[in-house]
Amino acid sequence: MELQITWFVLWAVLWAVYFMLDGFVLGTGILHNVLARTDGEKRVLINTIGPVWDGNEVWLITAGGATFAAFPTTYALMFSYLYTALLLLLFALIVRGVSFEFRGKIEGDGWKSAWDVAIQVSSFLPALLFGVAFGNIFMGLPMDAAGYHGSLVSLLNPYGLLTGVLFVLLFTVHGALYLAVKTVGDLSARAKSLADKTWPALLVVAVAFLAYTKFATKLFDNYLSTPVLFIVPLLAVAALLATRILSARGATLASFAASCVTVLMVVATGVTGLFPNLIPSSLDPNFSLTIYNSSSSPYTLKLMTIVAFIFVPIVIAYKIWVYRIFRAPVTEAEVLGDKHAY
Amino acid sequence: MDVLSLSRLQFAVTCMFHFIFVPLTLGLSILTAYMETRYVISGDETWLKMTKFWGKLFLINFSLGVVTGITMEFQFGMNWAEYSKYVGDIFGAPLAIEATVAFFMESVFIGVWIFGWNKVSKSFHAVSIWLVAIATNLSGLWILLANGWMQHPVGYVLRNGRAEMVDFLAMVTNPYGVLKFGHQIVSGYTVAAFFVMGISAWHLLRKNQPKFFTRSFKLAAVFGLVSAILVGVIGDFHAVEVAKTQPTKFAAMESVWETKKGVGMNLILLPDEKRECNAIERLCIPNMVSLLAFHQPDAEIKGLKEFPRELRPPVTLTYLSFRAMVGLGTLFILLSLVAVFLSRTGRLANYPLFLRILVYAIPLPYIANQLGWVVAEVGRQPWIVYGVLKTSDGVSKSITSAQVFGSLAGFTLLYGFLGVIDIYLLIKYARKGPDDDLSGIIKPASVRGA
Ligand code: HDD
Ligand code: HEM
Ligand code: HEM
Repeated sequence: MELQITWFVLWAVLWAVYFMLDGFVLGTGILHNVLARTDGEKRVLINTIGPVWDGNEVWLITAGGATFAAFPTTYALMFSYLYTALLLLLFALIVRGVSFEFRGKIEGDGWKSAWDVAIQVSSFLPALLFGVAFGNIFMGLPMDAAGYHGSLVSLLNPYGLLTGVLFVLLFTVHGALYLAVKTVGDLSARAKSLADKTWPALLVVAVAFLAYTKFATKLFDNYLSTPVLFIVPLLAVAALLATRILSARGATLASFAASCVTVLMVVATGVTGLFPNLIPSSLDPNFSLTIYNSSSSPYTLKLMTIVAFIFVPIVIAYKIWVYRIFRAPVTEAEVLGDKHAY
Repeated sequence: MDVLSLSRLQFAVTCMFHFIFVPLTLGLSILTAYMETRYVISGDETWLKMTKFWGKLFLINFSLGVVTGITMEFQFGMNWAEYSKYVGDIFGAPLAIEATVAFFMESVFIGVWIFGWNKVSKSFHAVSIWLVAIATNLSGLWILLANGWMQHPVGYVLRNGRAEMVDFLAMVTNPYGVLKFGHQIVSGYTVAAFFVMGISAWHLLRKNQPKFFTRSFKLAAVFGLVSAILVGVIGDFHAVEVAKTQPTKFAAMESVWETKKGVGMNLILLPDEKRECNAIERLCIPNMVSLLAFHQPDAEIKGLKEFPRELRPPVTLTYLSFRAMVGLGTLFILLSLVAVFLSRTGRLANYPLFLRILVYAIPLPYIANQLGWVVAEVGRQPWIVYGVLKTSDGVSKSITSAQVFGSLAGFTLLYGFLGVIDIYLLIKYARKGPDDDLSGIIKPASVRGA
């Protein structure tokens, strides 16, 4: 049925946009203590993401809400099966959210450096956990008539971990490029060089991931039966290469844009392979959660389609507009002179 | 403890914690927006100072409201998977709509407001806090429509082994949800009003910045009086709706055991759940309960004995919470009445005792809010969706009690830790008082062009 396919696409778009947007926030956090050398620089980093991080995180909340509304069975099983992993993710997101607000509210080096560590850990952990979770979803979860047979430990298998490392590297490069664009001078140059230096590792892991995917998952089945789809992973690879080439030419903004496309296409590569599954079962395909056996009623899907088609464009419009308001790079002078900055 | 009890406890802890921060957000966003609007219109810098001072407290509070909200969004799937499967078709929709319609707007424009002092025009800056205020109240609307549906399910059929939506409009116009929303937002405004009055009173007692705090106090007093009266009025209509749709909850709220016409209200009463009667009943106002329930003095009230024991909620907790909430509500009306009178006639400074009372009154509306939820949620038991699904049938099957025990411990520790810091920061910045130096918003010329 068409509505279910529409919602599969919307579901994928919500996740992809979430990773594109929160990806650079997480990346900035991962680099928090690596890149910034002084308190002033740390504040610059926080202020580059200050106006946008919450708006970016809402894509995750919306992705969760949309899964609930459109595919309630998937929402219910995915969230209860991955209980402990999601819990860690939640704790990290909670800590990250408050650390931006709390860090500057009390003077004192001990206080600030504690939150600096918190920012870094609580950015690294979600990147890794999202990767592990999606890697396992690509492989399929061990579920059958009796329910779920996995645990937190079983999620940490080699393929899951490789996907986790892929996400961490992807977001690190993505965040570094964002910072290269959003800061000036020496800090910007260091961010760019860090992106360039991390990129080869990302390439290696990305290639390993694609190769391992062939053995660990059934993602390529869809591609082999409809070869035109190969354009999606090809675009992902092309965008990844473009990221480096553009950066080498000094076109940092374009390189960041290419990195955005890379993130989008990586997610697209995964979900194209999944279709029509949302979560395959690694034990018995009869127990896979598909867009057909886990969706809401046509009435609800229709309603939610109307809501999405009206409001998502409005959201995108004002978000773009707000990104434009804050397009100028953040400088240390500005942060120090502004009491409202973090 | 088993998965069910632990999950219930965890849900209660995380919800109630989220709800420490939410009510203040609902009201203080509006007050801040009003102050900034006055500044934009008049150019009077006291209004600007007020915007910044109260706005800063608003932000400290807001940050915890946001992060604890994510937990709420995830928990239905994590702990209540059977529930989510069974009602997701209808219950998921308002949650998704809330995110698309309200959370985006709120989170994007709060960014503009915090970081945009030098980047957008004065009036647009004020518009952005209004957008935040509207969005937070809208988010309340959708979540309460969702909760209203659990209290009084409408617009659905049982089909394909689950509840499916057939009438969205019925859910959106569900009187239960609409009244809940009305009652809820004004109770949030009451929290904000007492928060502003209490902090102003603290400074007025110390003669700090009298002009600034008298003006804040005056504004909050009026806001508080209107809100406190509306809380009571809407609450009364809400109680009528409860009596109509959830007779077991209503009987527990008033601790009525026998079905009778023209039931009176005992001002002093203590239920005895074991013996299914009231241990103490004193000072009876005749016909009062019937009047409250159906707005008719001789209406019949169904007693708890009418229902099998296993379908009754815990009576003592529901009853005491309801009494305390209503008692507090009455107190708020009286306090804000005096506050309006004294501040309008310029006599605040002559009554330090009253000011001191208001400082100690800051936590009371918070407590009333929590009690309200205890009435609503404990009184609904044993149902998770009234009359449709039992709480015990809604809990996830794949999780173990060790897992939930771990998560509950984790939430308690993390929330406790963050709560202490947040409240410490609120007190610290509230005591510090407003900042006289407004230079922060004038941007150095070198950066302006960028
Ligand atoms: C400042 C807080 C506050 C105050 C003073 C009051 N309430 Fe309240 N009440 C709430 C805050 C609240 C709440 C937190 O907003 C609740 C919980 C669920 C809800 O929708 O609102 C609530 C629930 C609630 C319910 C249960 C709704 C349900 O079962 O879903 C009733 C019947 C009332 N209230 C009635 C009243 C009356 C007659 C009051 C008299 C003055 C009153 N409340 C004062
Ligand atoms: C933020 C304000 C809220 C507070 C403080 C609150 C409080 C509580 C409490 C104390 C319980 C425990 C009742 C018991 O186990 O005896 C409970 C249960 C529950 N509430 Fe709420 N609630 C709130 C809002 C909501 C909303 C908006 C929803 C739905 C949209 C909701 C859904 C539930 C569910 C599913 C349960 C069942 C689990 C259980 O019985 O413990 N709650 N809540
Ligand atoms: C159990 C159901 C609930 C869920 C699933 C939920 C979900 C959320 C989420 C995800 C956020 C964060 C939004 C962001 O990132 O900006 C949030 C914040 C918020 N929620 Fe809740 N919430 C619940 C209960 C309530 C209730 C009952 C109300 C009010 C009537 C409420 C009002 C708010 C408001 C005003 C905010 C803004 C931030 C703040 O509180 O300071 N929520 N909620």
